Amino acid sequence: MEKEKLQSLYYEMVLVRRLEEKSANLYQQGRIGGFLHLYIGQEAVGSGVIAARQAKDRVITAYRDHGVAISCGMEPKVVFAELLGKETGCSKGRGGSMHLADVKLNFWGGHAIVGAHLPLAAGMALADKYRGSDAATLCMFGDGATNIGYFHEALNLSMVWKLPVLWVCENNQYGMGTSVERASAVSEIRQKASCYGMPSERVDGMDVLQVYNATQKALEHVRKEGPFLLEALTYRYRGHSMGDPERYRAIDEIEKWRKDDPIGIFREKLLADLGFSELTLDEEELRAENVIEEAVQFAEASPDPASETLFDYLYVE
Amino acid sequence: MREMYFVEAINEAMIEEMRRDPAVFILGEDIRYGHGGGIFGATKGMLEEFGEERVIDTPLSELAISGSAAGAAYMGMRPIAEIMFADFMSICHDLIVNGASKFRWASDGKAGCPVVYRAAFGAGVGATLHHSQSPEAWLMNAPGLTIVMPSTPYDAKGLLKSAIRYDDPVIFLEHKLLYRRLKGEVPEEEYLIPIRKADVKRAGTDVTVGATGAMVHQALEAAKILEEREGLSLEVVDPRTLLPLDEDTILDSVRKTGRVVIVHEAPVTGGFGAEVAAVIAEKAIEYLNGPILRVGAPWCSVPANRNLERDFYLPTAEKIIQAVKDVIRYGGEL
Repeated sequence: MEKEKLQSLYYEMVLVRRLEEKSANLYQQGRIGGFLHLYIGQEAVGSGVIAARQAKDRVITAYRDHGVAISCGMEPKVVFAELLGKETGCSKGRGGSMHLADVKLNFWGGHAIVGAHLPLAAGMALADKYRGSDAATLCMFGDGATNIGYFHEALNLSMVWKLPVLWVCENNQYGMGTSVERASAVSEIRQKASCYGMPSERVDGMDVLQVYNATQKALEHVRKEGPFLLEALTYRYRGHSMGDPERYRAIDEIEKWRKDDPIGIFREKLLADLGFSELTLDEEELRAENVIEEAVQFAEASPDPASETLFDYLYVE
Repeated sequence: MREMYFVEAINEAMIEEMRRDPAVFILGEDIRYGHGGGIFGATKGMLEEFGEERVIDTPLSELAISGSAAGAAYMGMRPIAEIMFADFMSICHDLIVNGASKFRWASDGKAGCPVVYRAAFGAGVGATLHHSQSPEAWLMNAPGLTIVMPSTPYDAKGLLKSAIRYDDPVIFLEHKLLYRRLKGEVPEEEYLIPIRKADVKRAGTDVTVGATGAMVHQALEAAKILEEREGLSLEVVDPRTLLPLDEDTILDSVRKTGRVVIVHEAPVTGGFGAEVAAVIAEKAIEYLNGPILRVGAPWCSVPANRNLERDFYLPTAEKIIQAVKDVIRYGGEL
């Protein structure tokens, strides 16, 4: 990967981290309603996967969607405006945290019914295959989604029809508060691909370059042959959502994974092996912090949507 | 004018639309070879004309069918998903009410979901509790959704063509009893029937009978009998699009007659008729000369026993006649 791209990848991961920290802050102040599912700890997955996509490739994900939205090119100010329910948000304050989307960025959303976006992804890939396009659909979901019928019907269909879809399982090892071992008959999610004769790979989801390289390779297969299941083993530092008291895991487990922080690992690699200076990376961190501060100010200054706009786009006419 | 069966009108509508627009394709269970084009023959001849790329057999996998159809529609395709029996709509429910119907709104109008879910519904063929239901009320409470239920071959063809061209998701419910038992006039030349427009199937002055699907024919039969026997004049209104409802046509009729009976095949409780009754009560109660009566299935599931299904479960012309007489009796002499 060229130097410029490595640097912007680092910036992006820091940006996501800062955005999530600020979101947590705003949530604790009661300024974000509903539920808030943070991406902290999983940044290397979203950033690594999306860095490997081409602009024509479609991205669809679950409700833990802030990081993926940023990686797809959504501006932090638009994300914050949506979290605060403002008119300047990506869906004018209708969708909120779990439904970020901007089809102009080829980012088809944040979906909050676990697993339900997998058949949608199959259909998106079907449309591209039907039209003879070589675009791929990248569908991201958690380990929890692999226990629901949608996963199995979608994977089966994608294989039967040889659809250009990359299934990306972000295995953060917990479906809400239930560990993958307690919820899934196999805790190595990639094994589930074998039921459908689908190729698969498991990568270290805390290493952004590993995720990037694996995604590139997988996408080549997807464009030529059909579906592929990529499992990225990762860990979320925070609870399932902001309301999660986290009684289901020990502090030292969290601490162990924090040592493998995806941003820390990447920073070390950039410094030790890839010729970056502390100064350059510190400047990127500062840039990210400033962007987040400005984004929050923008969102706070934005107006609420008018109530009558809730009837806009309910139907085409 | 030429006549054709209800299912032939459905078939012709799809073929014409697939010839017109390459973005239209159909997917469903056994639609290529099963019984020569779907178990009811609705897709007959389509494989031969359009090939396997546009006439797509699916696994028995309703989550995959309903979801992949919606996903392809997000991309601007115009899929027709055949859900073999409308009872299976329950499996598709999440992808319809949480997915397809919300997408335009959630994307702030930047994209839509122009998909048609066609399904055979209704009782009367002894298919019992999982192959006979009328699912419209299950789907009524979903903003963004459109539900169409034609009662004649003419309406079926014109409405299905409009549904395929419609930019939002449409549930298109076809009564399986009508498929090969009802023939009707269908012109050779192309025509469309607008979505969201009710149709007065028989003009009258004494009582409005609102009826849907196969029940339109029971209502027309009741109207004929009551005219002959009692000299009563019934107006039969077919909403055709159940959601969103063409309130004006229904209210105009009610304001004229002052008496209403609503007929549908699903159970009365929580049914489509409850919504219509509420609209009339809210907007035209001062015109009413009696209670709004509903005729529908009793509060039980569809039985296997053919006699019970026909005489006890299903609404009939006789039951409609009784309801009409009750409304008139309550309101005094005409």
